Amino acid sequence: MTPKARKNKRLVGLFLLGCVLFNCPLLALFNLKTMIFGVPLLFLYIFTSWTLLILLAAIATKTSSRPSSKPDDQTGP
Amino acid sequence: MLETGVILFVSFGYMGLLFFIAHYGDKRADAGRSIISNPYIYALSLAVYCTAWTFYGSVGLAVRSGLGFLTIYIGPTLMALLGWMVWQKIIRISKVHRITSIADFIASRYGKSTTLGGIVTIIAVIGIIPYIALQLKAISTGFFLINQYPEITVSFHYSEIPIIGDTAFYIALLLAIFAILFGTRHLDATERHEGLVAAIALESIVKLAATLTVGIFVTYFIHNGFGDLFQKVAEYADAKNSLGGDSGSVSSVIFDKYLLIKGQGNSYTDWSIYLLISMLAIVFLPRQFQVAVVENVNEEHLNKAIWLFPLYLLAINIFVLPVAFSGVLRFPDGSIDADTFVLTLPMAERQQLIALFVYLGGMSAATGMVIVETIALSTMICNDLVMPVLLRLPIESMGLRQDYSGLLLTIRRCSIVLVLLLGYAYFRTIGEFYALVSIGLMSFALVAQFAPAMLGGIFWKGGTRSGAICGLIAGFAVWMYTLFLPSLVQAGIISQDFVNQGPFSIELLKPFQLFGLQHFNRISHSVFWSMLANIGFYIGVSIFSRPRAIDHTQAALFVDVFRYSGEAAESHFWRGTAYLPDLKSLLIRILGKRRTDAALSEYADKRKLSWNYLVTADADLVSYAERLLAGAIGSASARVMVSSVVKEESLGIEEVLNILDETRQVIAYSRELEKATAELQKANQRLQDLDRLKDEFISTVTHELRTPLTSVRSLAEILHTNPSIDADQHKNFTEIIIKESERLTRLINQVLDYEKIESAQMDWIITSNDMKEIIQDAIASTRQLVEDKNITIKYELSDHPPLISGDRDRLVQVMVNLISNAVKFCDADRGEITIRLTSSDNRVQVDVQDNGIGIRAEDQGKIFEKFQQVKDPARGRPFGTGIGLTISKRIIDFHHGKIWVNSTPGKGSTFSFSLPTTLESALTR
Repeated sequence: MTPKARKNKRLVGLFLLGCVLFNCPLLALFNLKTMIFGVPLLFLYIFTSWTLLILLAAIATKTSSRPSSKPDDQTGP
Repeated sequence: MLETGVILFVSFGYMGLLFFIAHYGDKRADAGRSIISNPYIYALSLAVYCTAWTFYGSVGLAVRSGLGFLTIYIGPTLMALLGWMVWQKIIRISKVHRITSIADFIASRYGKSTTLGGIVTIIAVIGIIPYIALQLKAISTGFFLINQYPEITVSFHYSEIPIIGDTAFYIALLLAIFAILFGTRHLDATERHEGLVAAIALESIVKLAATLTVGIFVTYFIHNGFGDLFQKVAEYADAKNSLGGDSGSVSSVIFDKYLLIKGQGNSYTDWSIYLLISMLAIVFLPRQFQVAVVENVNEEHLNKAIWLFPLYLLAINIFVLPVAFSGVLRFPDGSIDADTFVLTLPMAERQQLIALFVYLGGMSAATGMVIVETIALSTMICNDLVMPVLLRLPIESMGLRQDYSGLLLTIRRCSIVLVLLLGYAYFRTIGEFYALVSIGLMSFALVAQFAPAMLGGIFWKGGTRSGAICGLIAGFAVWMYTLFLPSLVQAGIISQDFVNQGPFSIELLKPFQLFGLQHFNRISHSVFWSMLANIGFYIGVSIFSRPRAIDHTQAALFVDVFRYSGEAAESHFWRGTAYLPDLKSLLIRILGKRRTDAALSEYADKRKLSWNYLVTADADLVSYAERLLAGAIGSASARVMVSSVVKEESLGIEEVLNILDETRQVIAYSRELEKATAELQKANQRLQDLDRLKDEFISTVTHELRTPLTSVRSLAEILHTNPSIDADQHKNFTEIIIKESERLTRLINQVLDYEKIESAQMDWIITSNDMKEIIQDAIASTRQLVEDKNITIKYELSDHPPLISGDRDRLVQVMVNLISNAVKFCDADRGEITIRLTSSDNRVQVDVQDNGIGIRAEDQGKIFEKFQQVKDPARGRPFGTGIGLTISKRIIDFHHGKIWVNSTPGKGSTFSFSLPTTLESALTR
């Protein structure tokens, strides 16, 4: 598998993770009237998972982009 | 400090800065030292997504409906993760086909259809004008508010402000000038505007900085951080609750109102649908297409943008809720529009500098969007709406015109002004009645209609032009009915009954509860129905309609964009040729002389052509020219223009079939070549084998010759040097010498025979023979051989076999060969050979059976071949040359007979041959 295809696979995986994190069943679990560290739970949940997602995306694109720095005409998504 | 003069000065000063940055960016680009060619600027330019709606409206939405505002930014985050799959593909396609707008993209994908391009343009303009109005409204509101400082105006009506006195009007004019200056500097095949992108990146920095400043100020200076703020809000809610008599529930009101996704109706569905439309908007909004695709310098920039852009979105949203809460606490009576909290909070705290900075931030958010959006729309209007119409006008009026580029630029400049004026008009008449967010969401819902045709277009080859047209029109119609018409109701243009009772009092057709669908909010409701109609028609019509040839071509070129090299691919499907001067003058008329010459010489360099010898432009050059034109005037118009000078309009279904046929022939031909090559290789292999066998044969023969010769010579020498040798020994020696000489003679005869048979020089003496006699002769001449090894021979010979005709001596030779062969492979003393003669109606058959070592199955076919000797690893080289069987086979073949062997390794072999009994006719002929 080319580095590009691997990266693409990881990002699609992250996309699916994001879809699960930010949709009904999981979201409903955190939709409670609770405060954590003085911050409402849902607010905390959304921003934490959002940050996590961005972090993972940064890692996914960083580690696998190094081998192929020049544009690759052969492989696509 | 905040007098009108200062504010105006800062506003126009800021615009001046933008002009300067854009000018600098363009200058650097002209000098070939781009300042925007890095992923950070690219990510910042993507942030043109965050408009005044984000800047002011998010807080308003948070106050009205809690955390739902976040969906608008989480959706793009998710889409960014699919960046490599969706964006990169769109970017690659657009670069290969020189696509410069979303209308062009869809038109080009579905067979360069001018109709489709026009439809997309109209939809985009209708969807985006309110969105532009929203930005102008924000600018106007911002100026109005800050201009009243220190007073915070509770309410105002735009209608009271004369147009002449409305800053937004002048800002709009300035924006038009900016867009004209930096968006339509020249017609370019790539349509990239470096200065513009630089300015947009600067605007993104300003609006983020302003949001963060006000957020930090509110959270950490007015209050003591997040925890403190949430605590205060909870207390405030409790107090409000106890006033209302409902005591006890701790801060549940604030939770219900601002923090939770509420239980009323189907709000998780609303949440998901918002996520969906914002995911689609980030790709399909014309301005996003402009910055992400058209202005993209390098696909690799996506790599960083994939996470930098979401990080930007996260940062710009983190303080939205604190500001909203703070606003609620500061203005508890609800008299101040929540959309303005970002600005009114610092004003209320008497922080003039922060207020001014926030005002600038709001302006940067609004102007950035307006600039890019108007340029994107003007390209679409010019290339996909006006040009196709102009090109269809009678030739005389157009033919006289030598230079189209001026005309094209004029059209674009006019469209920019037109779009901005329309936006301003919308804001003055209707926009007033709407919150920022609901206008924006309406645009999102409409832009989402492009998604089926676009995504289907790049991933599904089956989508057809009619499918895309029907889908778009259906989706657009539903959107009009469920969102746009009701918005006119709100503005008082259509009667209220339309919404409340449905048209003509038909309940089922109520625009907000179409067919009785409830529990959705207005946007989700509209998105659901319009997308259902859109996708349904797109797929349904695509499946049932018959695609044209060009649909197939474009579908393949788009969906498999990474497979085709791009440059050469299209000409494969496009077979027109043109008279070169015609083509060239066409290019000059659109692009101008300088750019045309540059482009053509680049083409020539790449292909090592010389223009001097060219009169006719081949298909390759024609499609290159078409792509050049497509960059300037859109693919559909380019196709129309090019086909006016191309000799043979091509691409009927027959041509495509021909191309397919040719391809098939080429494939078949190459298969044949492969087969021939394989055969050659096999033959070569066989030749090499034969060569090797011949070498072995020669070495065998010489070995066989030398053994008897050596013994003859040594014995003769003994006899010569020892004359006194006794008589018995003398006799013995001479007998051996004679025997060895006979063996030598036999061997040499064999080789000579073989040579004769091979070169067809053998003299055959045909007589009538009794096979039984032949066998007996053979046995007689091999008696010595058999007795030496003490082998028993058995006979089973039928008494009166039919006569056969043939060469008696040769047939004896065959028998001798077979018998001596059998002897050779039998063990001494235990050996047993059976010779059988049988006859059927017209054949006699002879079997020579031994109980020797036998022959392996894989060797049985080979032993009759030339030079072949079966080697047994255990015994090494067998005795003899291996030539005997070959000669036998030749002889039997000559007699029209058959020779074969049956053998079981370890148990013995049976060599058999059969001959026809009626041979006279065949042999004497």
